[in-house]
Amino acid sequence: MPTTTIAGREIDVDAEGFLTKPEQWDEELAQTLATNIGIELTEAHWVPIHFLRKDFETQKETATLRRVSTVGGIPVKELFALFPGKPAKKMSYIAGLQKPKGCV
Amino acid sequence: MSDTPIVPSFDDDVASGRKLAIICSKGNLDMAYPGLILANAALGEGIETHLFFTFWGFDMINKETMGHLKFTFVGNTSMHMPGSSMGIHHMLGALPGATAASTKMMKKMISDLDVPEVPEFLELLHGSGCHMWACRMSADMMKLEQEDLYEGVEGIISATDFIELTDGAQLLFI
Repeated sequence: MPTTTIAGREIDVDAEGFLTKPEQWDEELAQTLATNIGIELTEAHWVPIHFLRKDFETQKETATLRRVSTVGGIPVKELFALFPGKPAKKMSYIAGLQKPKGCV
Repeated sequence: MSDTPIVPSFDDDVASGRKLAIICSKGNLDMAYPGLILANAALGEGIETHLFFTFWGFDMINKETMGHLKFTFVGNTSMHMPGSSMGIHHMLGALPGATAASTKMMKKMISDLDVPEVPEFLELLHGSGCHMWACRMSADMMKLEQEDLYEGVEGIISATDFIELTDGAQLLFI
């Protein structure tokens, strides 16, 4: 697996660029990850990102968009507005997690 | 280690204007899901997605029926429950109560995977920006109006309208 330099730090990523070691993530890194994909983080962005991190601790896998909506309580429509185009992938990237594996 | 950071390219498909159209023509529980799941996946990838409901596919969007689709062994060549290789004699599938029982089992399997039932799935797709259309001829045949259908359905349109709408789209018939 390659490593790449993000925010002056050596970070382990997969071929696409998703972090492979969630423990290398912190909120400062998230700012840079967001900038990398053209998103400026606001309060509203942090809600799903924090949910993803918290959910990952117990589930050991990245929550799908539906899970963020049903368990995290953030409407899908809002997630599409915050992370246009590919919300599930963009959120998990910024949260320093792998993209979700579940179909729904 | 590389000098330029490795960053996923998320906007390629969006920029390419990829479009997907799925024709949903079946009203069986097991045949409702492929279209819904693929639409959900496509929307999550930023692909403009259109669902066109026709004939028995209307059962998926008819408020009266959308929550009560059934799975049956009758006329089904895969005479077993998913995940079980144990065959079921086709005569058993026709017994009273067999369809209700197999429907109940399949609904449980789907819900165990944390996949929503049809009405909630439509909500999910609607929230994700899915375009949903109902077939004019089917509506006329079944004597249904827009108000009989799930609210996310944008309109009852003709086959020609659908063809125009989906210009350049990849197409799936289910």
